[in-house]
Amino acid sequence: MTFLRLLFRNRLAAMGAVVLVAILILVLITPLLPLQNPDTTATADRFQKPFSDGHLLGTDHLGRDLLSRLLHGTRLSLAVGIAAAVIAATIGSAIGIVAGYFGGRIDNVIMRVVDMLMAFPYILLALAIVAALGPGLMNALIAVAAVNVPFFARNIRGITVGLAGREFIDAARLAGMGHTRIILTELLPNVLPVIIIAMSTTVGWMILETAGLSFLGLGSQPPQADLGSMLGEARSALISHPHTSVVPGIMIFLIVMSINLLGDGVRDALDPRLRSGALSRPLPTTLVDRQGDIPAATDDLLAIQNLQTQFHVGKRIYRAVGGVSLAVKPGECLGVIGESGSGKSVTALSVMGLVASPPGVITGGAVRFQGHDLIGARYETLRQKRGDRVAYIFQDPLSTLHPLYRVGRQLAEAIQSHHKVSSAEARTRAISLLKDVRIPNAESRVDNYPHEMSGGMRQRVGIAMALANEPDVIIADEPTTALDVTVQAQILSLLYDLRRDRGLAIIFITHDFGVVAQLCDRVAVMYAGRIVEEGPTDAVLEAPAHPYTKRLIACVPELGGGRRALAAIPGLPPVVDDLPPGCAFAPRCAKVQDACRTQEVTLAGAAPRAVRCLFPEEAL
Amino acid sequence: MTALTVENLAKTFPLKKPLFGPAPPGVRAVRPMSFAVETGETLGVVGESGCGKSTLARMLVGLLEPSEGAIQIEGKALDNADPAEFGKLIQYVFQDPISSLNPRKTIRQIIEAPLKRLYNMPKSEREARISEIFASVNLREEFLERYPHEFSGGQAQRIGIARALAASPRIVILDEPVSALDVSVQAQVLNLLADLKAQFGLTYLFITHDLAVVEAVSDRIIVLYFGSVVEIGKAENIFATPRHPYTKLLADSAPVVGRPLSAPEQKGSELPDPLNPPPGCAFAGRCPRATDLCRAKVPALKQMGEDQLAACHHPIEG
Repeated sequence: MTFLRLLFRNRLAAMGAVVLVAILILVLITPLLPLQNPDTTATADRFQKPFSDGHLLGTDHLGRDLLSRLLHGTRLSLAVGIAAAVIAATIGSAIGIVAGYFGGRIDNVIMRVVDMLMAFPYILLALAIVAALGPGLMNALIAVAAVNVPFFARNIRGITVGLAGREFIDAARLAGMGHTRIILTELLPNVLPVIIIAMSTTVGWMILETAGLSFLGLGSQPPQADLGSMLGEARSALISHPHTSVVPGIMIFLIVMSINLLGDGVRDALDPRLRSGALSRPLPTTLVDRQGDIPAATDDLLAIQNLQTQFHVGKRIYRAVGGVSLAVKPGECLGVIGESGSGKSVTALSVMGLVASPPGVITGGAVRFQGHDLIGARYETLRQKRGDRVAYIFQDPLSTLHPLYRVGRQLAEAIQSHHKVSSAEARTRAISLLKDVRIPNAESRVDNYPHEMSGGMRQRVGIAMALANEPDVIIADEPTTALDVTVQAQILSLLYDLRRDRGLAIIFITHDFGVVAQLCDRVAVMYAGRIVEEGPTDAVLEAPAHPYTKRLIACVPELGGGRRALAAIPGLPPVVDDLPPGCAFAPRCAKVQDACRTQEVTLAGAAPRAVRCLFPEEAL
Repeated sequence: MTALTVENLAKTFPLKKPLFGPAPPGVRAVRPMSFAVETGETLGVVGESGCGKSTLARMLVGLLEPSEGAIQIEGKALDNADPAEFGKLIQYVFQDPISSLNPRKTIRQIIEAPLKRLYNMPKSEREARISEIFASVNLREEFLERYPHEFSGGQAQRIGIARALAASPRIVILDEPVSALDVSVQAQVLNLLADLKAQFGLTYLFITHDLAVVEAVSDRIIVLYFGSVVEIGKAENIFATPRHPYTKLLADSAPVVGRPLSAPEQKGSELPDPLNPPPGCAFAGRCPRATDLCRAKVPALKQMGEDQLAACHHPIEG
């Protein structure tokens, strides 16, 4: 049902569907209509104009009724085109799945044969097949199907290669399934949508190809009518009696056009990448629709004040960040701890308006950098500050570096987009940055591509890029989560030194208490889009006040504790489009009281500590 | 009794032969290694990315054919790489719980597969067995008709564990089973695994990069570096009194609350290149104790102390 709704939201696809359905109904009921025999010749009535007596669309060069020939011809053309598409899809997909699943030599041999087929001009290949088999509609069908097999084989092979490496295929093998069963029950259901998409976009093309062969006299044989042969026969009278070619021409146009429009619609509606909106372009900055008062300026370097960021997906509103306030001073390191979905990354991205819009909207609060509000600032103002005054380090360095450019060039670009320096200067600066982040052999490494570096190296390049313009604040979003522990230790000590030497302020987002304890002065713990506790790191870790903080710390095994049962928090974090009233942690909390479920809980306590709990573990 | 014995198991991935000249020697992902796991034991396997721990796991369950060596399960040799034969004795729990479940199958179809294919169980028996397994992993039976995308990571991982248990294996390979999960959920899954082990008398091989987790769940721990075993020892001792400098480096690198931040390794050290492996000890380039002997000769695994083995020419004295 969602599929149909998505399909018909696309006006052109809906139009195509209507036209196609009308044509299909017409050709299905053709035998029942009171039409003249399409093959009865009456040379006396040749080349009658349309709308003449007894011949609604006129007659052709032998006096045969064009309307009757058109409908019978369309019927035949559609049947052949669809049959060819089904045959080509079946054979091509089977070849593609087998090649993609087995890989190696089988894949190589099959795909080279397919490549050879593709290397022939398709019409030449079709002509050769028909020449070998002899003319006739059936042979034209075989030719058109054969010509289109490579298209399906290549398409489906690509998809299958991606799927065959997935873990569920390994799991199926461990469950004792054989190759045939894996192909039929594990792979096929996953490639079927792709096959249907490919088919819906090629049916029109195949009808056209069949018509082409018939036009050349290699398809349907006289007196049998199909759209191509009608066009072919009318060719000699193109100038003197244009209606004989215009009538089948318009029909071909309508069929191919409607099928292609519908096919594109089907693809857009079925393709999961298009459905999730990945191909829709996000705006350059996050949408702002602020309600309520804008908080006044403070003297912090960077202050996030009562920030609210939401995602509007259809009718649902996800309150990813529900009023978060954080601040850092120069040289300070603030840790933000939370599990996935707690809103810690969205908070970080909101600072520079980097949350993808749509669906992201900032609905309240302010982010002040040196007192100036960045929320709702002009794009140009934000762009000047992004990467220059406030820089980011992201979790996955492989996806943040451009794979096609050398790292040195990417570093130079980061500098040159903010400062007017020559390319040679920028390169020198890039090398010294790589030295700063302790990449050995910086002079030669500067010309590496990202894939030539290890994960730890790439993350150091990411940090070098963040440092390129000597920013005042670095926002690091799980910068070491994807790294090995020995590399993590190096990166952390690097960040620590930079902060001490350059007076950098760091907002460090993580889920690891060990990292926070070693690096951060203060820590804020987030749960379901809100801060539930904050304070100096040592104080919070030694005497957590919020039950969530206390239990989360207990969940993390610590090295040196020996073999033991671990503490867990039962249940799951709430979904932020349906938060419970009162405390969001109440459903999982062991100390919950009735008041927790009804009453709005505020962040309270004596500075520098604060907790959002009615019955805290420690009195603050 | 010994549940799993591995003798000289090794895997070399061949490299593409260039157009001219002889084929290069290939990448030795796992160098010949031998170890044994006792029934009921949890053997932790720790190492950083590229140390060969996933290759080892895939060989143990028959998804990858070893280049050399033999695998024995409960004294029975498994020399052909037929996953179905392995499947009844040894099962695998994947790192990424969601991508290890076919998105187009219901949970029932997923759990049923091993019962049908490995045991040819009739329908009524299957139903009973599935209820039993689902109860033991604390999942509600109404989940059976749903599709994988409807579950959170922790639930999906429990489904993955249920599927592995459905094959009634003797040994379960856990390949980073909790590293994709949040900490509050991670402990739920780890405790469930401990309960299941006691309930079904299972033997675990627990592969991870998280030292604290592996220490908390294992009896013994193997430390891998660059495809080789560098140290084996009891979980409670190995990180407290490491013999191999690499184990010490790992232990010192783990962030611990209350320990001040320090880079435990000198700056600029580089990892060994798998395409051009060093002739001697692979760790020599990063090791503060390395001598010319280390750079020339690969050290063998030697007994050190009561129940600890390390492959080092200059081990740290306890």
